[in-house]
Amino acid sequence: MRARVLVRPKAGILDPQGKAVERALPALGFDGVQNVHVGRLIELDVEDPGQLEAMCEKLLANPLIEDFEIQTS
Amino acid sequence: MKFGIVRFPGSCDEVDAQLAASRVGQAELLWHGDRDLRGVDAVIVPGGFSYGDYLRVGAIARFSPVMESVIEFARGGGPVLGICNGFQVLCEAGLLPGALLPTAGLRFVCRQVDCVVEDAGTPFTRDTAPGDVLSIPVKHTTGRYHRPPDGDVRVVLRYAPGHNPNGSEDDIAAIASEAGNVFGLMPHPEHAVDPLTGSADGLKIFSSLAAVPA
Repeated sequence: MRARVLVRPKAGILDPQGKAVERALPALGFDGVQNVHVGRLIELDVEDPGQLEAMCEKLLANPLIEDFEIQTS
Repeated sequence: MKFGIVRFPGSCDEVDAQLAASRVGQAELLWHGDRDLRGVDAVIVPGGFSYGDYLRVGAIARFSPVMESVIEFARGGGPVLGICNGFQVLCEAGLLPGALLPTAGLRFVCRQVDCVVEDAGTPFTRDTAPGDVLSIPVKHTTGRYHRPPDGDVRVVLRYAPGHNPNGSEDDIAAIASEAGNVFGLMPHPEHAVDPLTGSADGLKIFSSLAAVPA
């Protein structure tokens, strides 16, 4: 099964990458942009999607500083 | 005192750490793929970019064969020193609380900073006194310390006022485990062991450790 894992900086933790993007967009004329956060996308084929949660907690994300979201289709 | 310095693919400060440790004891390199710690009395997890820092700093290195032994060694009370990337690895391994995040300014920082000793009661700081100022260089992109949710951390060094290079919470530069035998810091004491390069203050970390009965 194809799965996607979205990993984001936890709310409340300063996300300097998001801030940098947020500042860069208006400089290019794109106004009205707020709350930008930069995370990462991990795509993987898995035989047992039931293991995804454990994979995220153990390796793919650091739950102390990141939230993750698992998408399967 | 025999020091073992871990070498991961992507480590870059292991030789400086070995040379620094050699000034106060014996020092040899430990390969990341080996589980055998070769009877060393203390382990140093050095700076660099272990496993390319892929996924997240320290995330892959934490599961290497040598780290299984280092974790066991630390849980048995053995002294473990993590410098920069090594600090990140020890946090990922759960040997130290908290995590390290990209610098608040997003830039790579490389400069000499003053660090104030807060806790001289660890095996890594016994050659210092509370309030001592150590001049040690930092060089990193991911070194902003973030406390765990319960906030409970044994702070050993803080950046002096105006010297916080990365936005670390409460100016935290170095922490120890509750028992004190695991120590992590972002500044590089192994690059400050000779007055010729600006400061020998970092040597105190190594000499403190060398004085610990093996």
